[in-house]
Amino acid sequence: MALSFMEGNEAVARGAMAAGCTFFAGYPITPATTVFANMLKMLPPKGGICVQGEDEIASMGYCIGASMAGRKVLTATSGPGLSLYSEQISFAVGSEIPLVIVDVQRLGPSTGSATRGADSDIQFMRWGNTGGVPVIVLVPKDALDCYLLTIKAFNYAEEFRCPVFIASNKEIGMTKESVDLDAVDLPELVERKKYQGDNYVPFEAAPDAAPDFLPIGGETLVRQTSSTHGTDGYITIDPRVIEANQERLQNKILAAEERITLYEENHRPGAKTLVISYGVTSRAVDDACDLLGEKGVPVSSLTLKSLWPVPETLLVKAAENYDRIVVIEMNLGQYLGEIQRVLCGKNIKFYGQMNGILIKPGKIMEVIEND
Amino acid sequence: MTSLLNAERPPVFCPGCTHERITKELDKALEKKGMAPDKTVIVSDIGCSGLFDTFFNVHALHGLHGRALTYAQGLKLADPTLNVIVTMGDGGLGIGGAHVLAACRKNLDITLIVLNNFNFGMTGGQYSSTTPTDATVGSEFLNHAEVPIDICAVAESAGATYISRCSGHDTALADIMVAAMDHKGFSLVETLGMCTGRYTKKNQLTPKALDAMIEAMPRKNGLVAKNQRAEYGEAYRELALGQTHFPMPVTIEKQFDPTAPKREEIVILGSAGMRIVTAGDMVCYAGMAAGMNVSMKNDYNITVLRGQSVSEILISPEKIGYAGIEAPTVVVAISDEGVQRRKAMFATLSPDTFVLKEKSVSIPETPAMVVEIDFKALKVKRHDWALASLGVLAKEGRGLTPDLLAYAVGARFNKKVAAIAMETLGKISGS
Ligand code: SF4
Ligand SMILES: [Mg+2]
Repeated sequence: MALSFMEGNEAVARGAMAAGCTFFAGYPITPATTVFANMLKMLPPKGGICVQGEDEIASMGYCIGASMAGRKVLTATSGPGLSLYSEQISFAVGSEIPLVIVDVQRLGPSTGSATRGADSDIQFMRWGNTGGVPVIVLVPKDALDCYLLTIKAFNYAEEFRCPVFIASNKEIGMTKESVDLDAVDLPELVERKKYQGDNYVPFEAAPDAAPDFLPIGGETLVRQTSSTHGTDGYITIDPRVIEANQERLQNKILAAEERITLYEENHRPGAKTLVISYGVTSRAVDDACDLLGEKGVPVSSLTLKSLWPVPETLLVKAAENYDRIVVIEMNLGQYLGEIQRVLCGKNIKFYGQMNGILIKPGKIMEVIEND
Repeated sequence: MTSLLNAERPPVFCPGCTHERITKELDKALEKKGMAPDKTVIVSDIGCSGLFDTFFNVHALHGLHGRALTYAQGLKLADPTLNVIVTMGDGGLGIGGAHVLAACRKNLDITLIVLNNFNFGMTGGQYSSTTPTDATVGSEFLNHAEVPIDICAVAESAGATYISRCSGHDTALADIMVAAMDHKGFSLVETLGMCTGRYTKKNQLTPKALDAMIEAMPRKNGLVAKNQRAEYGEAYRELALGQTHFPMPVTIEKQFDPTAPKREEIVILGSAGMRIVTAGDMVCYAGMAAGMNVSMKNDYNITVLRGQSVSEILISPEKIGYAGIEAPTVVVAISDEGVQRRKAMFATLSPDTFVLKEKSVSIPETPAMVVEIDFKALKVKRHDWALASLGVLAKEGRGLTPDLLAYAVGARFNKKVAAIAMETLGKISGS
C-alpha cells in the first residue's frame, strides 16, 4: 500500500483538479494560501487558469465571470476574506452561479488569529448572503475528506447551480498527514445541465430545480443579473414571479436535503449517549468514544459532513434511540441551535471551546462522563 | 450589419440625459465594428449606467456596484474570444476604484466606458468621486470639502495602455468608441455628460460647457505611449505555457516491516532557519516507509525568518484521530526559542520520554530521560542540527531506525543534497 503525504489544503486542490476545475481566482490569506499555491502549480500544466485578484471581492468577481462562461471554478479564503466575499456570494446565490468556496477557518472574530484554528464561520457561511437563501456547506474532518468533499462540492455546485462551501479549518488545511487516495470511492462527475431546446429562457426551471445553463459567449444570448429578475433575466416587480423564484431558490436546496446529507456514524451496542460533532473535532470525539469503549462505557458518535442544509432527517433518525445527546464544537455553539431545534425534547449537553487549540479527547471524555 | 438595440426595450432615461445619446453611439460603434452579438457581452455596473445591458441584443451581465470590471475580467480570461464592454458611472468608479486600478495594471482586452455625470443620478444626486468642489448637489455641504478625481490621470499612472476623454455629446463618439475597442488591451473612455434629472437642476451644464471642461483638462485621446505592453491574456497564456510540470503527490510505499510497530509522538523544538519542517517531513517519510500512518503540525512565526519553529509528529499503526500531541515519546530540543514555546510540556513528560538536548540549550525540570549532545563539538552546523538529531534518534532506535532514516533522506532530497545529508549523518553514526 502506498500512502500519500499532504495537508488538507493540497487535498482540496487535488480534489478540485479531479472534479474538472479549470479556473481559480483568490487572494492570499493564512491559513488558506496553500490552496491557491497548489492550484497555481496544478492548473497551468493542465491548461487551466489561476489568477490573483486585487482583493477578495475581485477574486470572487473573476470566479463569477468565469463560471458564467461555463467553467468550473474554485476560490479559497478564511474568515476575513469570506467577509469580503459576502456581496458576491449573495449575487451567486440569488442568480444561481455555480462556485466552490473553500473557507479554511481561523479563529475570529475579525482579523482574529491567522494561525489558530476554530470553526468560526459555521453560521456566517449559511447566513452571509442578503435574502437568506439556503446554501450548501460541507465539512471535512481530515485531508482525505478535503479531497473527496471537494469533488462532491463541485458536483453539488453544478447540479444545484449555487455556491458550495467547504468548511475546512486551519487544523486540517495546514496539517500534513498520510492519506490513501486510492481508497476513496470517487463519485461520478456531474456536469452543468446545458439547455437543449431552441427558446432559452435563462431562469426557467421546475419549482424545485435549478435552471438549465448556457454560457455567456455561446450562440444563444444569455442574460445574467444581480437584480430581482423574472425567468427572462430582466428586472421584475411582479410579486407572483418574485415569490415563485424566491421559493424555488429555497426549495431546490431544501427539497434535496437527504440527497445532499453526508455523514459518518458509529452506533455502539448498549450506548445511551450519542455525540454529535463535525470537522476536526470529530477526530477527538472518535478517540474519546474509543477510549470510553475500552473502559466499558459504550458511546456512539455521529460525524456530520454536511451542515447546510441541516440534515434534519438524519439527525432525527440517528438520535432516535438515545437518551442523551452531546454536541461538541470548536466554537461557542454555532450549530447547537440547529440540533436543539431538530431534536427538541431530547436531553442535549454541549461543550464548545474557542481558544485557538484543538479540543482534547480527554476533555470530551470528561464532558460525556459527567452528567 | 444592423443595429443591436433591443427594439422591445428602448432606453428609459430622463429627457435630455446624456446616457441616451451614449446608448445610441455605442450601438453605432458596435455596428461599425461589425460585432457579432453572440461574441459580445455588455457588463454593466449599478446606477443609471447599469441599465445599459438591457438595451442591447448581446450577452449581458449586470452585477454589483463597482464590481463590473471583476466579472468582465473573469469572462475575458475564461473566454478570450469574447468582446467585453463595461459601462460604469462615476459612482462605480469611486466604489470600485481598486478594480479600475487593477484593470489598468493588468491590461486585459476590455473596453471600459465611464459615464461621468458628476453625481449619483439614481439615488438622488449625491456627490461622487467626480463631483466638482463648488457644485451644488444632494449632499448638503459634503462635496465642498473634497476634490474630484481625474480618472484619466489616475488610469495613466496605473498603467492603462489606452485612454480617451470626450464629451458624451461629441459628434465623433461612436468612432472614439470604435478606436478604443480596436485597441488590443485595456481601454478606458471617459465620457462627460449631463444628468438632467439631478445634476443640471442646480448646476449650469450644457454640451458647450462640457467641451470647455474637456479643453481645460489634460488631453487624452488614445494610446498611452509609455504604458504600451502585451495584452494580459496573451502574456498570461504564454507564461502559463512554460508551466508544464504537474506536481504529483508525495507518495511513499511501505518498504520496511517494523518488528514492533508502536505509536510515537515526536516534538522537535527549534528555530527559524534550522530546517525543522524538513526534519519533520523526514520523520513522517520514515514512518510511512514503515507502513505507519503519520500526521504533522508545524508552528512557526508569521515572520518566517525569526522565532521558534516547532514540529509535532504522530506516527501510528492505527488511523490517527486527534492530531495533537498528548504524551510525547520523543522531544528534540535544539533551540531555546523552541523550548520556550513548549516549556510547560517538560514537567508533564513521562520517565520513558526520550529528550535529546543540544548542549547549548537549556530546558526546564523534567522527569524524562535526558540525553545531551554537543553538535558544536561534532562540527555540525546549526542549520543541520535538526537533521543530525534524527541521526541520534535513529542510532538510539527512538522513533526511527538508520534504515528508515536513510530511506527518508533519499526520498526527501535530490541525489546531491541527499549525499551531503548522509555525510552529516555520518558524523553522528560514527561518533
Ligand atoms: S437620473 Fe440622471 S443619469 Fe439617471 S436617467 Fe435621469 S438624467 Fe440620466
Ligand atoms: Mg453618475
